Formats: sequence, structure tokens, C-alpha cells
Amino acid sequence: MNLKQSQNNSVLICNFIAQAKPQTHKTTNMRKSISLCLMALGLSITQLFAHSGDSTKLANKAIMPDTDNAGLKLPAGFGALKVADSIGRARHIAITDKGTIYVKLSKLVNGKGIVVLRDNDGDGRTEEKGSFGDFTGTGIAISGKWLYASSDEEVYRYMLTPEGSLVNPMSPQKIITGLINRKQHESKSIALDGKGNIYVNIGAYSNACQEKDRTKGSKGMTPCPILDSAGGIWKFDAEKSNQTYADGKRFATGLRNVVGLDWNKQNNQLFVMQHGRDQLHDLYPDLFDDKASAEKPAETMYALKEGSNAGWPYIYYDPEMKQKIVAPEYGGDGKKVSTDPAFQDPAIAFPAHMAPNALLFYTGNQFPAKYKNGAFVAFHGSWNRAPLPQEGYYVAFVPFENGKPTGQWEVFANGFAGIEVVTGTRGAQHRPCGLAQGPDGSLYVTDDSKGTIYRIMYNGK
Amino acid sequence: MMGLVCLVAKLSAQSPISKSVMGNGKAIYLTRCLACHQVDGGGVPHLNAPLDGASAVIAGDKAKLIRIVLKGYSDRVEIDGEYYSNNMAAHADLKDQQVADVLTYIRNSWSNKASAVTAAEVKAVRAKLK
Repeated sequence: MNLKQSQNNSVLICNFIAQAKPQTHKTTNMRKSISLCLMALGLSITQLFAHSGDSTKLANKAIMPDTDNAGLKLPAGFGALKVADSIGRARHIAITDKGTIYVKLSKLVNGKGIVVLRDNDGDGRTEEKGSFGDFTGTGIAISGKWLYASSDEEVYRYMLTPEGSLVNPMSPQKIITGLINRKQHESKSIALDGKGNIYVNIGAYSNACQEKDRTKGSKGMTPCPILDSAGGIWKFDAEKSNQTYADGKRFATGLRNVVGLDWNKQNNQLFVMQHGRDQLHDLYPDLFDDKASAEKPAETMYALKEGSNAGWPYIYYDPEMKQKIVAPEYGGDGKKVSTDPAFQDPAIAFPAHMAPNALLFYTGNQFPAKYKNGAFVAFHGSWNRAPLPQEGYYVAFVPFENGKPTGQWEVFANGFAGIEVVTGTRGAQHRPCGLAQGPDGSLYVTDDSKGTIYRIMYNGK
Repeated sequence: MMGLVCLVAKLSAQSPISKSVMGNGKAIYLTRCLACHQVDGGGVPHLNAPLDGASAVIAGDKAKLIRIVLKGYSDRVEIDGEYYSNNMAAHADLKDQQVADVLTYIRNSWSNKASAVTAAEVKAVRAKLK
């Protein structure tokens, strides 16, 4: 069914329902009934139809950043604007090549879990909003003519029109089902390689694979039984319906929880950001004081191949010693270096506990050359550094070439927290969660605290 | 004016909570609770439930609160309109008086104001858990 037929069907259905009701003042009530009906379907009349006034036709110069750069602190030459606000718990984001924005919510708003946003007048800010999908979750991605989105147990996809609208928002295709969800580390972030495969994070439902989670004195389980169905990245076919674990393959293991991941198109490889384990001091106060616990382990980026093993729960990466250290649950003492050849080293190590929630390899031409093919990482912000101050709540950047970092990481966009020092996590106003690149090379950042969508642009000044 | 004085007198008729109870409770909070529930008792959005302003902390059921400290908590339940994903460990190794003091501290810190929890109340709950 093409778009016109689908639109006609929706309008016909709503027309039929409208006509079934008794009408006094026929015309206006009919329009109202149709509007209400379409709204109930999560659509608006204008939204059903393809748009020609998309912002990609206008030069960047036409889009003015907010006078305060949306409260963000950016490098020279960059500006920011709020594209949308208060849309709900905005997690990951995907943008079509014509600029239609899709955002995944982790809490339903009016019963819907995916928001679609459009900027029709080209001023950079979206004024049109719709929603669809009855499931919460984190993952969302576009590959070819499909919009993929995940709940905490399943992955769906919706067909897109060439204009970037949905062919049928009411009937997604369920491609993966039955993924384990035991509350902790439940989000199922996704990435696609454009070659027919989809990679799904299945987070370990545990901090350090202790027999009793987060309990002082409880031993690490050997071997860690979680790894057979969680604590790794699973690879599935991007097209087949109703796949379960049996239809997929464990692509990489030993990864505690990966919320941010991206396919690096320059060297055709999957890269992931791991959330490192918590509570070294709470669980082993004799080995780690508050400061050590706040600063270890690193948040780590891995370049993955099939069979990669990042070593959780048996090791963690110490950013000060720059080594894989045997975890205390498995006989470590904070100093013993792991010699197991099965565990790979990270590509980059970042400060501890900052919670990397998104990873994006930048392929645009809007930003200066140094950013091309480099990695942006959205750090949601820590909680496990208490009683020391929290860290993160910013977007970082690392330059890359052909799949290898070529320099130190740096803070790119800061100020999301809205306060200089975060002591308790709830004090942070905004927390970066998702990243996407717009068709003109703008960088979009979502915030799952206040539901703000930011657009960062380079204006060369 | 007399009515106001009577009202004030009535409100402060609850036994005041001693400084040593609050001090002991705070010391336990710092080592056992702060990492997850944070220095402001605000918890962590969607991960660790807040204690400040939490209905379970200040409303009636002390036995339920005591059980949470003794047994930990891993159920997926709605807490004041939100869900929290992390698991809470058990702290059964704390003595009755320690559990009482940390709960009294939590119930009377930040914006919370509620009656003290006693060692006897903790002992009674612990006996039922055996």
C-alpha cells in the first residue's frame, strides 16, 4: 500500500466514524470528528501528508541559535537552540534524511511511546508534534526505509515513506521478541550495520554478578550465569519477524550494560560504550576508599568483532593504572592486573560512573574537519561518585580516523545540569541521553529529564 | 491567641528526637545509604528511589520500612508514580538500634518529619522475618 492509499484509508475510516454520529451543523462537526478521530490514532491531518517545506533546503545561516545557546557551553563558533521541549522522557533519537525527527520515550505520554517532530517553517524549531506506538523503551534508529524502535523486551520496525513519514503507525513489524528483562539495565539500545543486521544491547541484570546483588560479602558467581543471555550484544537479522534468542547470535560478551552504541561507517565496525560497575567502596571498604570508588572503574568504549569479550564481571578497567584489574568479587585486591588473554582492552577510557548513554560517529560536513569521523558521547551524568561531587552531564568528543582514536577526548557541550556542581543526581536540570546527526550535519541531543531536544550548529564565528 | 498557643503546644508534645539518635543515624546513612539514595535523600531518577518526601518513608507503615532495611528490595513496583530499576541490598547485619536510628534520621531529614523508630519496633519485625 502506498502513502496515498494509506492516507485515504485513514481519512476514509475517520470519515465513516464521523458520519455515523448524528450531525446537526454538518460541515464543522464533521471536520471536528475527523480531527478527533485522527488524533485518537495519534496523527494529525497535516501530518499525514508529505512535506515539501523541509529545512534541508534552507542554508544553516537562516537558523538562529537561541540567544543563550539553550543554556549550553560550547566551543567557539558553535551555537545551540532548543528544537522542542517537554516532550516527555526523551531517550534516543533518529532523524530522516529530510529532517523528520523521531524520539523514543521511556514513559508513555497520552499512551504513546514515540514522538514525531517536524519543523515546517524552516526556523530550526519544530512546531508540529505527533505520537504513536504503545510501548516504552530507549532504542530507536533509521536504516534504509525503516524506523526501528525497541521496548525493554522487543524490537519493532515501521516502514517510512520517501518523505520520512510513517506508512502505517498502527502496525509495526515485530522483528525480535522474548529478550530478558529483570528490571536492572533493562533498556535495549540498538544499532544497524546497513547490511541486514541489527545489534541489540541486553544489559546484565546485576552490578557485579554477585550471588546477592550489591550486597557486601556476597561472592561473585563463577562462571557468571548471566552471560548466556545478557551482559552482551546480540546480533539479529534486521528483516525477519518474531526472532527470539534462538534465531540470533551472541555477538559480544562481558559487557555490563551498553546504552550507547553506533556503527562506525568509516571502518565498518560496531563500537559500544559500557556502563562500568558501581560501589567498589560499599562492597570492599578495606580495598577502596570513597575517592578510589568514585574514580574507578573507567567508562569504556570498545571496538567490537564477533566473539569480543570485554571481561565483565571478572575484570574492570582502572583509568589511573590503565590496566584491566581483577574484580574484587573474583579475588582481586584493587591492584592485581588481569592476564586473561580473552578480555580485550578498551579503545578509550573515560572517567568513572559518568553513564555514557549515546555514541555517535559524526559523518557530516557542517562541523570543522577535526570532527569528521570522530565520536560524540552523551554522558547522562553520575550518581555513584557520592560523597564526592558527581561528574558528566555533558557531551564529549574524541577525534577518530579509520576506527582508531587520534587524540584525547574533550568536553564538547556542557551546561546541561544547569548548576556548577552536581552533588545529588536529582539536582541536574537536564541529562543528555540521545544523539543524532541531522541531514545538514547539525548535532541533536536529547534530555530525558525535562524532555528537551537540543540542536547544536556550527556557524563559523 | 490562646487557641494558637494551645495548637503549638499540642504539636510540640511529640517527644523530640535526640541529637545522638540523629547523629548515629546520619553516620549509618553515610556509610550504608548515601551512595544510592544520595546526600540530599533525592535518590537517582529511575534507578534509586528517593527518601525525601517519599510516602513510604513518612506515612504510617513503619514495619514495612524496617523490612526494607533488613531484607533489601528488588520488586518492580510503582513508588509515588515512578519505577526504579536498581536493586537494594539487605542490611540485616545492622543491630536493632542502628536500624532504628538510621530510619529515624531518614524520617526527620530534608523535608521529612515523622515519628522516631524504636529498637523494640525493629526487634519485633526482625522476629517475624525468621
